[in-house]
Amino acid sequence: MPSRWKTAIVVGASSGMGEEIARQLVVQGCKVALVARRAEELNRIAQSLNTAQEKKVFTYPHDVGDYTQVPALFQQITHDIGGLDAIIYAAGVMPSVQPNEYNFEKDRKMIEVNVLGAIAWLNEAAQRFGQSQGGTIVGISSVAGERGRYPQPVYCTSKAALNTYLEALRNRVGRYGVKVVTVKPGPVDTPMTKGLGKLPLLIPVDRAAREIINASQSGKKNVFVPGIWRWIFLIIRNIPSFVFQKLKF
Amino acid sequence: MAVRPLTPPTSEQETTSPKILPLSWDRLERVGAWGMNTSVCAFVYRPTTIEGIREVFEIARTHGRRVALRGSGCSYGDASLLAENISLDLTRMNRILAWNPETGVIKAEPGVTIRNLWQYVIEDGWWSPVVSGTMVVSLGGALGMNIHGKNNFRVGPIGNHVLEFELLTPKGDILRCSRTENAELFHTAIGGFGMLGCFVSITLQLKKVYSGHLSVYAFATPDLSTLFREFEARMETADYLVAWVDCFAKGKALGRSLAHQADYLPKGVDPIPAQTLRVSKQELPETLFGVIPKSLMWRFIKPFSNNWGMRLINWAKYTQGSTLGNHKTVRQAHAAFAFLLDYVPNWKFVYKPGGLIQYQSFVPEATAEACFTAQIEACQKAGIVPFLGVFKRHRKDDFLMSHAVDGYSFALDIPLTAKNRARVWELAKELNRLVIAAGGRFYFAKDSTLDSQTAHAYLGEAAIAQFRRWKQTCDPENLLQTDLSRRLFGDNF
Ligand SMILES: Cc1cc2nc3c(=O)[nH]c(=O)nc-3n(C[C@H](O)[C@H](O)[C@H](O)COP(=O)(O)OP(=O)(O)OC[C@H]3O[C@@H](n4cnc5c(N)ncnc54)[C@H](O)[C@@H]3O)c2cc1C
Ligand SMILES: NC(=O)c1ccc[n+]([C@@H]2O[C@H](COP(=O)([O-])OP(=O)(O)OC[C@H]3O[C@@H](n4cnc5c(N)ncnc54)[C@H](OP(=O)(O)O)[C@@H]3O)[C@@H](O)[C@H]2O)c1
Repeated sequence: MPSRWKTAIVVGASSGMGEEIARQLVVQGCKVALVARRAEELNRIAQSLNTAQEKKVFTYPHDVGDYTQVPALFQQITHDIGGLDAIIYAAGVMPSVQPNEYNFEKDRKMIEVNVLGAIAWLNEAAQRFGQSQGGTIVGISSVAGERGRYPQPVYCTSKAALNTYLEALRNRVGRYGVKVVTVKPGPVDTPMTKGLGKLPLLIPVDRAAREIINASQSGKKNVFVPGIWRWIFLIIRNIPSFVFQKLKF
Repeated sequence: MAVRPLTPPTSEQETTSPKILPLSWDRLERVGAWGMNTSVCAFVYRPTTIEGIREVFEIARTHGRRVALRGSGCSYGDASLLAENISLDLTRMNRILAWNPETGVIKAEPGVTIRNLWQYVIEDGWWSPVVSGTMVVSLGGALGMNIHGKNNFRVGPIGNHVLEFELLTPKGDILRCSRTENAELFHTAIGGFGMLGCFVSITLQLKKVYSGHLSVYAFATPDLSTLFREFEARMETADYLVAWVDCFAKGKALGRSLAHQADYLPKGVDPIPAQTLRVSKQELPETLFGVIPKSLMWRFIKPFSNNWGMRLINWAKYTQGSTLGNHKTVRQAHAAFAFLLDYVPNWKFVYKPGGLIQYQSFVPEATAEACFTAQIEACQKAGIVPFLGVFKRHRKDDFLMSHAVDGYSFALDIPLTAKNRARVWELAKELNRLVIAAGGRFYFAKDSTLDSQTAHAYLGEAAIAQFRRWKQTCDPENLLQTDLSRRLFGDNF
């Protein structure tokens, strides 16, 4: 039986998958801390979920690039919600990048949010969970991390880095009973994919959130969302380089 | 040493939530309720000196945390837990500070356990006048809850045997309290569930014994009324009385029990007291039937930890007690009689993974029989039958937050599972109503299920207001809290 969480942090909770995961966790009875930059979005979500009788949702406006704030904020949150069973790192950016564009500012932002922010938050989580010998760390990566592809060099790099980091965390703290889950979604209908045209196998955000929560609570380690991507990327990973160089997807 | 005048908390203290500064993760540990029914993460500090305790209070202040005092963690529920704050664990403050084998007066630090205590004094012919069912309990925790023994009807709670203690308040004062100095605080901090300050030294008057043995008489009663009658008749002369009640039995046999009376041996009865008083003669055997190591015994009981298994065990125990063992008198070592539960180390693991709660209520003599009968019936009707029921006689005491009454207590060990948890809490509510209607009381050391309204109902507003005044005097910043204190009295005590 999947084990439900009583307390969780969702980083990147103001829209898309993070928001939906937070909403579904609250429905399960979990107390959730929402972290993202846009305070008004976080408040909108909190207002729709909190009731006069019960405060289930707590909001913390924060830019994951403010790395030095993380240790204090992390303990403020666990103090406020009275514990921590799981952390879901869903913050991510994927600016549009032209085929001939090498914009360092955009690239740096992706590394800062998708990788360094994850490290700042999940290092705290790993220490805490390692000490208390339990807990679940969920990193929302992407199928994009499976290969370095033509349209998004640094986005792919950021997700590959995140995958390797999560794997290493698992090898460090898994032995103390901590679960580390690497989630690799394909296209999901969220603000990130708005305006990107027709995407293959696009799934609605509530389905993605449901699959992510189920898999993480059932102790899975590597999760493709939806599952079909596991097989598609098994093939893609095995395309020889000389063929891959000719492709533009 | 004087108590400072009362200072009401400022509005700022009431409203601002503390600013958290991070503490080292190295301090973080999972800290559990003894009954394994809940656990939290907390930053654990284990000081060895009074200065060390002061430093922990200061760390709490500067890092926006509250502090829960913790002894051996033997309270069944959340009485020494405080999630995500500081757990001030006193088990390393475990020195005996003074001992006079002539007078039986001992002064000790709060982390000294009842085991440390009796083993230190018994060969001089002394015994702790009050002990709990396990010897793991610390003296600080024993005073924090004002524990009682199977002799409560005769000698009162442990507080009655405290000559003096020193209380370090979060404000930093050390207050010496006795029946003549700071007497009101003496009667408030004992049983004050760690809310007013930390006991840093405790001076106790021990009990002289003339043998390492007690005379123990076993008898069975076929129902609850007989048990009440037996206890009423015996309490004039007995030193200890306790009964185990089979909560599975129904109808005419409802409340059938196996009871023990134990008496100290008068001087001269034991011809070789120097021998029977040896620690090695008190110790419980390492194996059961000479084969099964004690540490593994819980695994043998585990297969019975379900309704049918426990029904069988209860039946077998009663049947044996009412036939072969009935009306037998034996000599038994103090430790063997007092700490029967310690005989099977980790017996609580039988209740894994869900844990257990102990539902214990204290009901005046006049209403106790009807109340406990209704309790057993309610449990049976709910299909949640306690695996163990323990019955004791009590008397009133003069401590402010007392759990005792002139009457009886009934302690029900109820197993928890993921499935039955909500129903157990519902059942507890129903039992609470019976207890309140019968004029009864509850005990924080055992509690997991009380709500604020019920706590107020049995303690009374006047006692709570008086306790709050002491809280504001000793701990105006409200630094000392536990999950239990928050559950029953809110975040701003
Ligand atoms: C198997 C078993 C049998 C038991 N039998 C009995 C029994 O027969 N009679 C009985 O009365 N109880 C009994 N108990 C309950 C037990 O005696 C109490 O819960 C006791 O308070 C536990 O002491 P502790 O050292 O473990 O304290 P904890 O459980 O750690 O703490 C108890 C309380 O004391 C406070 N506290 C701890 N140290 C200090 C200090 N230095 N200064 C101020 N406050 C402090 C804590 O904040 C908390 O509120 C039993 C428990 C078990 C597990
Ligand atoms: N959508 C897809 O098809 C898809 C596929 C695979 C993987 N992913 C990954 O899934 C995750 C969630 O994406 P999504 O699709 O749900 O996108 P989204 O709706 O744009 O959500 C991204 C979240 O990240 C937060 N965020 C961005 N920059 C931040 C910063 N500097 N500090 C704090 N929070 C920041 C955003 O909050 P603020 O803007 O309020 O700060 C927002 O809550 C991302 O990691 C993404 O890479 C998405």
